[in-house]
Amino acid sequence: MKILVTVKEVATVEDEFEIEGTEIADQYLGADLNEWDDYAVEEAVQLQEAGIADEVVTVTIGPEDCEQTIRQALAKGADRAIRVWDDALEGVDLLDVEAKTEILRGVVEEEDPDLVLSGVQSGDDSWGATGVSLAEDLGFEWAAVVNHLEHDLEDGIASVRRELEGGVEELTDVELPAVLTIQTGINEPRYASLRGIRQAQRKELDVQSLADVGVDEGVVDSDLELTDMYEPESESDVTVWEGSAEETAGELGDLLRDKGVAP
Amino acid sequence: MTDVLVVADHRRGDLRDVSYELVTAGRELADETGGDLHVAVISGTVDEFADKLNREGVDAVHTVDYGEEFNHGVYTQATTQLYDELAPQYVLTPNSVNGLDYAPAVANELDLPIVTDTVALETDGETLTATREMYGGKVETTTELEGPAVVTIRGAEWPAAEGTGDAAIEAFDADIDEDALGTTVNGFEEVGGGDVDISEADVLVSVGRGIEEEENLEIIEELADALDATVSASRPIVDNGWLPKNRQVGQSGKVVTPDVYIAIGISGAVQHVAGMKGSDTIVAINTDPNAPIMDIADYAITDDLFDVVPALTEEFH
Repeated sequence: MKILVTVKEVATVEDEFEIEGTEIADQYLGADLNEWDDYAVEEAVQLQEAGIADEVVTVTIGPEDCEQTIRQALAKGADRAIRVWDDALEGVDLLDVEAKTEILRGVVEEEDPDLVLSGVQSGDDSWGATGVSLAEDLGFEWAAVVNHLEHDLEDGIASVRRELEGGVEELTDVELPAVLTIQTGINEPRYASLRGIRQAQRKELDVQSLADVGVDEGVVDSDLELTDMYEPESESDVTVWEGSAEETAGELGDLLRDKGVAP
Repeated sequence: MTDVLVVADHRRGDLRDVSYELVTAGRELADETGGDLHVAVISGTVDEFADKLNREGVDAVHTVDYGEEFNHGVYTQATTQLYDELAPQYVLTPNSVNGLDYAPAVANELDLPIVTDTVALETDGETLTATREMYGGKVETTTELEGPAVVTIRGAEWPAAEGTGDAAIEAFDADIDEDALGTTVNGFEEVGGGDVDISEADVLVSVGRGIEEEENLEIIEELADALDATVSASRPIVDNGWLPKNRQVGQSGKVVTPDVYIAIGISGAVQHVAGMKGSDTIVAINTDPNAPIMDIADYAITDDLFDVVPALTEEFH
């Protein structure tokens, strides 16, 4: 069985930052492997260690700068990586779900995996939609927000749990091939070992253009346009209660009674 | 004319709150140009759900009587068929776990753009302006798009629709291709601590890293008992295994909007704030007057929680 894991380098933002136009100024941005993708990589590597997966391949859409981040997945045990980039993608400030779907479809069709794991969402723009969109586009099955995957995958079925709201999990059987979007907490992502990090430098990282994955440059034309970015208005008009613990607890007690929620 | 189709969310016999919020969001969009608001309810006790969803401003409720619980294949097929029938400008679904399990498929199937996790929406009939957050709520953005779209809305951002409407309730005869249903839902399980749903609580006593040790949770439990409140937590407490996952407030936990949220020893990392900033009244108990939680708190006690919490418990004994 072959597993493809979609991974993304996400921008992280310092506590204090400035906005320039519709972007956060560069000097306040850092970069990291998307948290959800880290769990997806770990799940794939565990399936490989259990002898269920033969090969784990990662795919990302990103510029050369992100290679160091993408190699983290190789250091944790993925076998090889694909990075799709193209001059046409340079400077695009909103790569929408449709575009990501089309690009990733090209890679999936080429790689022909049995299972695609993606993170539930990315920590920066948080669309949370690409995995399911991709599955539908491919004619694969899917399950969103998976927080448990049975490691047998026999008879072409993935038995999963989906993390619904309110502390309820849905127990679902998904026919393969499928895309599963992986929720944090499904496993405990490992730290890359020094040996893993060294090995990762030698693993294959294949760079492909849009043409290589059979996608027209027009894919970047989006119906969506990012028109504004701003800091949410702060509602910091906190009333600080002063005094002894008894006095401040008394103030809070009065508040609860005023609100009508005290017993 | 901007007609809008909203698709209700329900689980195990109950409509979820966001269904009524969808009605409000949908009505607001339809009002901009005098369009109709259509509500779809798929699977389960659809007639009962339809009666409940017939609130002020709803023009039609379409019921799809197929199966009991959510199945993304059924929802995708039924919603795309309703779209073809009704030709609405916008399809609105909740940005819930189930919403995210079919809305992207609907968009892809219909070749429509999708905008997810919106917190505000405006339209002039042609251009939709959607407000969403990025970077875990550090910034808000507006995104514009022309023409029809699939849009998911965040829960608790719109008020629930009220009143009684005079909608036509119509059974929609969706043609569900069973061979195309590749997932089977075998059941549900309440996890970690039974069926406590912190998102339904009126008062949350929420505990964070400041509690220091697992055994100190006792004073939090005692306070919750005294207040008849529910205990919730920030991520480190759940990661440590001190409380079950279903008590976790935040981005990867739950979004809560209680009347009163008492944050005890919680610094207020953005991921946590994303899950509780919609609370009516926020009280922070934290020794650090500069903790981020103070930015969104309405009231604060900048004192040692180990003194304040027992004193508050005493107030209600």
